[in-house]
Amino acid sequence: MTLTPIVQAHGIARRDALRGTTLLQPTDFALYGGDQVAITGPSGAGKSVLLRALALLDPLSSGSVRWRGRPVTRAAIPLYRREIAYVRQRAAILDGTVEDNLRYPYSLRVYRDLRFDRGVARELAAHAGRGADFLERDASDLSGGEAQLMALIRVLQLQPQALLLDEPTASLDPESALAGEALIRAWFAQGTSPRAWVWISHDTAQAQRVGTRQLTMRAGVLSEAATPAAAGTASAREATTQDPPDAQHTREVRDTRTARGIDKESTR
Amino acid sequence: MTLLNLSLLDVALAALLIVVNGALSLALKLDLERKLAWAAARTVVQLLAIGYVLGWVFSHARWYVVLPLISVMTLIAGFAGAGRGTRTYRGQRVDSILSIWASSWLIAAVGLFAVIGIHPWYEPQYAIPILGMILGNTLTGVSLGVERMTEALTARRDRVEMALALGATRWEAAQDAARDAVRAGMIPTLNQMAVVGVVSLPGMMTGQVLAGQSPLQAVRYQIVIMFLIAASSALGTVGAVLLTWRRLFSAEHRFLAARLVERTRAARQAG
Repeated sequence: MTLTPIVQAHGIARRDALRGTTLLQPTDFALYGGDQVAITGPSGAGKSVLLRALALLDPLSSGSVRWRGRPVTRAAIPLYRREIAYVRQRAAILDGTVEDNLRYPYSLRVYRDLRFDRGVARELAAHAGRGADFLERDASDLSGGEAQLMALIRVLQLQPQALLLDEPTASLDPESALAGEALIRAWFAQGTSPRAWVWISHDTAQAQRVGTRQLTMRAGVLSEAATPAAAGTASAREATTQDPPDAQHTREVRDTRTARGIDKESTR
Repeated sequence: MTLLNLSLLDVALAALLIVVNGALSLALKLDLERKLAWAAARTVVQLLAIGYVLGWVFSHARWYVVLPLISVMTLIAGFAGAGRGTRTYRGQRVDSILSIWASSWLIAAVGLFAVIGIHPWYEPQYAIPILGMILGNTLTGVSLGVERMTEALTARRDRVEMALALGATRWEAAQDAARDAVRAGMIPTLNQMAVVGVVSLPGMMTGQVLAGQSPLQAVRYQIVIMFLIAASSALGTVGAVLLTWRRLFSAEHRFLAARLVERTRAARQAG
């Protein structure tokens, strides 16, 4: 494969030093332009940990992330996060109206080349099935689902290259969830170079819809899902957890974490 | 006009007033009697002790006596400045000592050397009480500022994370919290400056007047002190908030929320 992945992770792992547990086993993962990756798995398996690690939001205990084949320097991290946008599970709401919230990113240095475009914002809101007054509403009055749509619009208007979506529609009713999906699909179809997403979902039907490649996460181990959906697609590329000799051991550790509470590393 | 000297008997008479507090506590079931007794005892012991210490220092006015004393005062202020708030982080004490030390000594030096012009530079009669007043107010600013910073970052963690995920720098993500924190740390001083002379007559001015100084001279001193206090608590608060920010945000623009721990837990881990 001569293509360079947008994001490539090499053996990234995370340990919770406080509790002495492993949150993410050393994992290799590559995201190419055009990829639609769905990740399922039980709560607490490390799905969010993986996405946050890919967004460089948490310190890694080992491994590295490359962006278009290059390591990400400190100075480039804001730009990296602009291109590889992580969308939180629960929307963060700022004071003010929905429009104030949508304007917020433009106050950041990394977006100084962009200007807020109300027309675009209205269009996205309409696409998400929101009324014409959506932008003027007080953000603190929004329901959880509406806030999540607002957060999606906040990111999508910025036209990132890749999205790391952490259950973006979990708090939406089925109808709004479909509207949210449609919004994201419209973003995916735009752009001059192929876009990509990693989409965490609890809903297996949704995972089937949004993933041409299906992965599962269990106890910090990422693997190809057993479902046949991924078979035959061009994107059945590497997504393996390096098989650490102590994988079994670590799982035992998770069960006996109280005993490990006195671990040196847990002392802060 | 001469100062009327107080005998220990006079002091004991005043100490009886604590009985008023004790009676209130009993009558209202405040359950404060032990604390009151302890606080009263501390007041007496600490002040008597400092009286003897200052008496001795004033009669042995050497730099190698004054310097250690004001250093200890500064250290104690630094420790006290780190004692507030439900959350703490590793290094809070060091940050508190550092910011209080730097700001109060810098401002005290300006006040003592440039404004008042004391000679020699360690003249304890001036250096000790003036530094003491600056320290007391700076430590209030620092502790309030850092408390607000850790509180705000905890309460707004989702916003901070959202900003970072969008590509905010670590400063952009933290600036709202930092601004609130500095404001919180400076408000006591601003309030004090607004009511000084109208609602409250500061202790130093009162003391000078009682000692026979003309009120006009006393207010000049008080004005100087107020500005020294304002400058030092502003500097100290900003410094402490920035140090907190540096501890809680890494150069990779990450919010290290795990470093913020509840105080009781931190104490347990330290023990």
